[in-house]
Amino acid sequence: MATPATQATQDTIVEFDRVSLGFGGKPVLEEISFELKHGETKIILGATGSGKSVLLKLALGLLQPDSGRIWVLGQEISSLHEEELFPIRQRFGMVFQEGALFDSLTVGENVSYALERLGELGAEEAERRVREALRFVELEQAIEKFPSELSGGMRRRVAIARALVSEPEIMLYDSPTAGLDPITANRIVTLIIKRRDVSRVSSLLVTHRLQDAFELASFYYDPGQEKLLPVGTNGSRRETHTRFLVLREGEIAFHGRLEELVAARDPYLKKFLA
Amino acid sequence: MGLLNDLAKNWVLAVQEFILLSIRAVRNIFRSPHYMTDVLRQMDFIGFGSLPIVVLTGFFTGAVLALQMSKTLSTFGETSITGQLVMLSLVRELGPVLTSLMVAGRNSSGIASELGSMMVSEQIDAMRALGTDPSKKLVTPRLLATVVMLPMLTIISDFTGMLGGFATSFFMIHLNPSQYWTSALHALEFEDIFQGLVKPFVFAFIVALVGCYKGLTTHGGTEGVGRSTTQAVVLASVLILVSDFFITKIILAVLN
Repeated sequence: MATPATQATQDTIVEFDRVSLGFGGKPVLEEISFELKHGETKIILGATGSGKSVLLKLALGLLQPDSGRIWVLGQEISSLHEEELFPIRQRFGMVFQEGALFDSLTVGENVSYALERLGELGAEEAERRVREALRFVELEQAIEKFPSELSGGMRRRVAIARALVSEPEIMLYDSPTAGLDPITANRIVTLIIKRRDVSRVSSLLVTHRLQDAFELASFYYDPGQEKLLPVGTNGSRRETHTRFLVLREGEIAFHGRLEELVAARDPYLKKFLA
Repeated sequence: MGLLNDLAKNWVLAVQEFILLSIRAVRNIFRSPHYMTDVLRQMDFIGFGSLPIVVLTGFFTGAVLALQMSKTLSTFGETSITGQLVMLSLVRELGPVLTSLMVAGRNSSGIASELGSMMVSEQIDAMRALGTDPSKKLVTPRLLATVVMLPMLTIISDFTGMLGGFATSFFMIHLNPSQYWTSALHALEFEDIFQGLVKPFVFAFIVALVGCYKGLTTHGGTEGVGRSTTQAVVLASVLILVSDFFITKIILAVLN
């Protein structure tokens, strides 16, 4: 029998095993089990309060489960102390719901904050990477600005740059397009697809915008044409390595591909997708 | 009964969390990384920023003390020892306590609202996610800055209080300046100075840690930030006054 620390296979990046968590006696997540494979994007859907953001925080070790186990990159994190978690968190990039940029730091300082933990980087290399990350989100010109001078969409894009700059192995996106106008939301989804297809980073993405979720599953980024294309282009079916996880009141209501989700007969899922 | 049980449990849990945060904050002083820029920035904000209110409070406390003392002393024909009474009252008690209360009003609330806002906007989570320990980056610099600056502010407050007392004595009571200063300086002993510096040192822990604890346990959006800010000032002020009694009792017992 495998020991807990080695239970997850090489191909499994994150694994939840019967994870439950509650606040003030009220259950938020109950017996959640799933795996995130290498290079896979898992889109977590669900109504408000269904435990989507809590699930991301559990994966990052920001919250500890009441029961069950969580493995990240082959290591069980559910029983680790805060200081033992820091090296594991260095392998994550997280985009928080409202960006969570540090108000007192400029855009450039916010992004370079993620590089401070990589002490071996020189000042020149750090600045090059900060500019490159900001260029990726098309905000290099805002490097000297403070978060309060930016719009909501720009703040979200800076948050993506901050999460990407250290080139993490796992990306966590908490409602990256919530509350944004369609153009900005589309731009952010494009960035996420680009990141997925160019770097093959494994991701957990929380959203309640179905159009974003469907776009993520049915489009891929073509570096040659530098634009998004539908997966059925040129008669070939591209694999976007995207799966869906639907939560209903803290439990998994669905786990699978887009086609399976669309074809599901469950009344809740039908209502959710309507 | 169930409600009482819950309240008692929450209270014990809060005390436990406060003590753990305090231990971590002190332990961080001896562990890297050290955020010296943050310490200096906080020293500027807490120390230099509090200077105007501390100077004003000190000056007028000394002035009103001299006024009250001279009125009482004049019935015994002893107005010449006004300086002595002002000095002892300020250095032993009013200087440390009033300065700490003013600094608590300004900084415990400031710290609680700043950290509380960071908490509800997920900046603290972002900090943890980016591999930074918030107790090292946010709590320890504020604690160090307050511990260094509060005793200094108290000394300044004592001095300006003496000036306030002198202004009253000279312009209103018409006391001889040398009489005021000589009686004041002769009355001062090591015990008084020791007491006057130990108190702000202890109060600094209360001011910084209560503000940080209330800020880092904020929940419930902007309403929660307001609640934490108010609670931080009230709790810090009450703890300062309560601990003042016990510190005085202990110092008097030890020195006598």
